[in-house]
Amino acid sequence: MSEVKMKATRDGFGEAIVELGRANRDIVVLDCDLGKSCKTVDFMKALPDQHFNLGIAEQNAAGVAAGLATCGKIPFVATYAAFGSMRMCEMIRQEICYPNLNVKLACSHGGMTPASDGASHQTVEDMGIMRTIPNMTVVMPADYVSAKKLVKAAAAYVGPVYLRFTRDALPVLYGEDTEFELGRAHLVRDGKDVAIIAIGDTVHLAVDAAAELEKRGVSARVLDMHTLKPGRRRLPREHRQGRHGRGPQRLERPRQRRLRGSGGAWKGKGAAHRHSGPLRRERPV
Amino acid sequence: MREQLSVKELQNKCVTLRKHVVDMIYRAGSGHPGGSLSVAEFVTACYFHEMDVDPNNPGWADRDRFVMSKGHVCPAQYAALAMKGFFPVEVLDTLRKEGSILQGHPCMNKCPGIDISTGSLGQGLACAVGMALAGKLDGRDYRVYAAVGDGEAQEGEIWEAANTAHKYGLDNLIVFVDLNGLQIDGTTDEVMPNGDLAAKFRAFGFDVYEIDGNDMEQMVAALTLARLVRNGRPKCVCGHTVKGKGVSFMENAVGWHGTAPNEAQWKQAMDELEAQYVQ
Repeated sequence: MSEVKMKATRDGFGEAIVELGRANRDIVVLDCDLGKSCKTVDFMKALPDQHFNLGIAEQNAAGVAAGLATCGKIPFVATYAAFGSMRMCEMIRQEICYPNLNVKLACSHGGMTPASDGASHQTVEDMGIMRTIPNMTVVMPADYVSAKKLVKAAAAYVGPVYLRFTRDALPVLYGEDTEFELGRAHLVRDGKDVAIIAIGDTVHLAVDAAAELEKRGVSARVLDMHTLKPGRRRLPREHRQGRHGRGPQRLERPRQRRLRGSGGAWKGKGAAHRHSGPLRRERPV
Repeated sequence: MREQLSVKELQNKCVTLRKHVVDMIYRAGSGHPGGSLSVAEFVTACYFHEMDVDPNNPGWADRDRFVMSKGHVCPAQYAALAMKGFFPVEVLDTLRKEGSILQGHPCMNKCPGIDISTGSLGQGLACAVGMALAGKLDGRDYRVYAAVGDGEAQEGEIWEAANTAHKYGLDNLIVFVDLNGLQIDGTTDEVMPNGDLAAKFRAFGFDVYEIDGNDMEQMVAALTLARLVRNGRPKCVCGHTVKGKGVSFMENAVGWHGTAPNEAQWKQAMDELEAQYVQ
């Protein structure tokens, strides 16, 4: 295998947010004393007037973000996924999503990636919780490049977005020219026998699995479903299976350790039910 | 335009506002009269003396903002908005009805003049802080008024927001604490004593004005001072009030937190309020 560059998706956020803040003075960052971990330190240094450290008080940060958004600001609240989803959950529901305000929650340490921090910081519930809240868009980029692109897409989109990043480094999967669109799966590699739909830090596992399958004579398509919600009711026609689609004969979703309530419970299921193909939950490769 | 009525005119506006509150909750068959009546002087003074708002342009960027952090007493704000002309007074009859712009707790996307949706206690003040911060950022000269309940002050987020207001020197934020001493399950002292809330806000870096919150003259004086003093410190008006103020059988009665009057009670309340107009 060729040499793989490794980088955490939180670094992609940290770089993109500085660019965004420079281009648009209405973009502000609200930190909760986790700027170093969430990679907002560069923003703080470059754009101090647009940066507010609200301390270890996440619930208040969500409310302040809502208030700022009513006045035309585009606040990015930076914290860890555990706090940005659950500590602020009801404030997100009441003050951000119910009024459908233009607030972005930029959360590092999503999923199992802060492995060495232990269970208190490993966040396995957030995607499931966030996707149940009306008006919320839920995104987890698969690598550093797509993180940069999707942060910019989230900034351009008007409405609440939950962005989830990894603490740990992931393989860089995409070239800098790759385009990403919120709500639209990205075709990572084509294949005709099976399709693997993955999100976030499981996409590179799916890519590895596809390579392994190829060795065994199975052609696997890999889809990066970075936007968990809103999902299209149907997969794009070219990815559908069955008689009407032109997609592979079987859909697979890599089993994440955080499967319940996350992508696993969602995208492939609808597609499989509607397009009558066998669907299996697979254990991680 | 700031509409600066005299104290006497404000007192009469306040009586009308109270009548609307009782009337709309009676017609809705549910709602929260107690707190709506205790906060009436503050709401009246805000809309008819202090705030610069434009009913024909509710989203005007330079308007003063109003955050009803104790969202369940929105009937008081709805009445003020109707009296100001944000929507016809008849709309008040649709309170809590399906499809109404006047939801049981205020919704900013449905009702003109509502600056933020509230209803879950403890959350509005942080939003008000965000609005005041945006005003500072943009160099706009508006004020943000927030009504916080004394029961609501038991929520930790209130104090997180207070910290933030102090850190960023938000002297464009004016918080009214409605010290009516009652909450759903009993007196605040029984349920969870607040201690001295005025001293607490002072300790959090606020300029505090402690007044009789049902005395219009004191209310106007405190709010005027709070508006004019721009010294880098957020303002807090602690108003000692009577829950259910103006309706004899509702005053200081825990049971009237969230109960609608029946027809006889409604009639008695309206008669009592009618007699309170100042000649």
